Amino acid sequence: MPNKSNSKSVKTKKKTKKKSSSYSNKKESTLRGINKKTVLQLNNVVKEYIIGTQKIRALDGVSLEVKSGDFLSVMGPSGSGKSTFLQIASILAIPTGGEIIINGKDTTKLDEVQRAHLRNKEIGFIFQSFNLLAKTSAVENVALPLVYAGIPEQERLETARKMLIKVGLGDRLNNTPAQLSGGQQQRVAIARALINNPSIIFADEPTGNLDSKSGLEVEAILKDLSKEGKTIIMVTHEPDIANIASRHIEIHDGKIKNES
Amino acid sequence: MNLKSTFLVAIKAILVNKGRSFLTMLGVIIGVSSVVLLTSIGTGLQNYITEQFEELGTNNVIVMPGDIFGEGGGFSRESQQNAFINNKLKLSDVNEIERLREYVEFALPMNTQSDKLSFQDETKTITVIGTHYQYDEFISGIEKGRFFNKTEDQSVERVIVLGWEIADTLFGKIDPIGKKVKLGTQTFKVTGVAEKQGGGFGGPSFDTYVYIPLETSFRIYDTDAIVEIMVKVKDKDQIKESIAAIEKVLGQRLEDDEFSVFDQSEILETINGILGVLTAGLGGIAAISLVVGGIGIMNIMLVSVTERTREIGLRKALGATPQQILIQFLIESALLSIMGGLIGLIIAYGGSLALQAFFPAKVTFGAIMLAFGVSAAVGVIFGVAPARKASRLSPIEALRYE
Repeated sequence: MPNKSNSKSVKTKKKTKKKSSSYSNKKESTLRGINKKTVLQLNNVVKEYIIGTQKIRALDGVSLEVKSGDFLSVMGPSGSGKSTFLQIASILAIPTGGEIIINGKDTTKLDEVQRAHLRNKEIGFIFQSFNLLAKTSAVENVALPLVYAGIPEQERLETARKMLIKVGLGDRLNNTPAQLSGGQQQRVAIARALINNPSIIFADEPTGNLDSKSGLEVEAILKDLSKEGKTIIMVTHEPDIANIASRHIEIHDGKIKNES
Repeated sequence: MNLKSTFLVAIKAILVNKGRSFLTMLGVIIGVSSVVLLTSIGTGLQNYITEQFEELGTNNVIVMPGDIFGEGGGFSRESQQNAFINNKLKLSDVNEIERLREYVEFALPMNTQSDKLSFQDETKTITVIGTHYQYDEFISGIEKGRFFNKTEDQSVERVIVLGWEIADTLFGKIDPIGKKVKLGTQTFKVTGVAEKQGGGFGGPSFDTYVYIPLETSFRIYDTDAIVEIMVKVKDKDQIKESIAAIEKVLGQRLEDDEFSVFDQSEILETINGILGVLTAGLGGIAAISLVVGGIGIMNIMLVSVTERTREIGLRKALGATPQQILIQFLIESALLSIMGGLIGLIIAYGGSLALQAFFPAKVTFGAIMLAFGVSAAVGVIFGVAPARKASRLSPIEALRYE
């Protein structure tokens, strides 16, 4: 993010250096993004669920560093913990142990309201099933995050319009989701994910519900965003789509197995 | 998220499901309209009775046996019966009252009996009032003939004045004036028919009364009981002083609980008190439907929360705080309820206008404010549970919800 302050990034780096010595799988990424700011850092993150009497460890000591501009694909078989990884990394869920640091801020100490504000400011979501509000126009759907940021209505809608034009839907501003194709709906969702100019965009199987043509359109947009320098973390199980990312990790049994 | 945006979101959610929103409001609509309509009937009735009393004039003071407004409660049946059984009012008391020339214009003793009146083959049960000739001042008017006069009164003649309804049933189209009727076994001559007065809303109607001279009544019923003394005071503004003077005179011979002296304002107060309780009771019963309406809102809001679980999850993921979700759903249920309340008010107002054709209904500002406030409160109170449920949803669970 070019508009983020320098002091923030300096602080983050200091923290990173201190911690990185203890985690071997950190070194590589630290080396790769030497001049880039760390936007997301996971330190030994553990997530346990209790189902009935059984304790299930969905994430088992995950450590990862994501630099500004990274396009990271997260793969893994179903049940491997990649969904949990996404929920934890996007601070929708709280880990059982470990730290999640976003722009230098330890999020595990935040309460629910603070996490909501942080998601609103720093995180964009693209879901497999789009999650647009039904019977609500595209432009209002895109503007939704700005409602919770306290932006006045006129400004919200103006920004939303610009975002829709950017994803190629300038002629569909007032259509409701039902009047749009799957690919168009996902583009609306991408515009919504971009509107608050987030530090990280999380995409959960963004092409999973789309036909191949629409899937390619969405892929192209994600590629463009990455070129613009957006940080994207994408969970997918399709290797073809994972290939558009610049970094790849695989999660097996709650642990990061392959990193490239 | 400011309040205006929250309002717009809530209004939108209501409009998206127009049919369901209306059905949800129906409970509150029925509740508010019945509360307002029923209280409007009660209030209208109170106003009507007050007007009627004021029309009758306010310079009348009534003396009755027993302690009518005492501990037994106003007009309690038992105390009233005892009062008539132990009646100690006498004709001499009437003379004592008339001697208070400073206050009293005249005092009319009254004796009341129940009997049968017949003309040819027709017979009717009636109330017989034995009194003096001045009583014609207290009835609303004479339709035919005249009230019995001073001479007939003083010479204890068998003359009778009929209430309008009695004359109508017994005589039909025949002119009753001068005709002979049988009161019990005695023969009386009809001198007049009183004007139609109308009933007292289910109470005894003056139209079924007949009037005969007091001494005649004493003679044929072998009694000297005075069950009521009507006193006409000289100055309307001296009613309170007149009552005090009459009480003092009667108090010399009788105990305090053996007689009551009161004017119409006291009767009016008692009646209005009873009507007030009645109105509140009816309103209270109608208010139950308002509570049922509130439960309806809660029910639909709970369904709505379940239905919109994904929406709630999405809003939370995009930065809505639990409080913002809570307020969104609270405003939605409050709006549903208030809109229902407004529609209910309009219906009640229309209904009371329609009722006014044959009933004195009156919608008061107080009733409107009460109904409005209660419906808003119902919306908020019954909206809390669904709104809390919504605000507590975990965004992950909510987003995964199908």
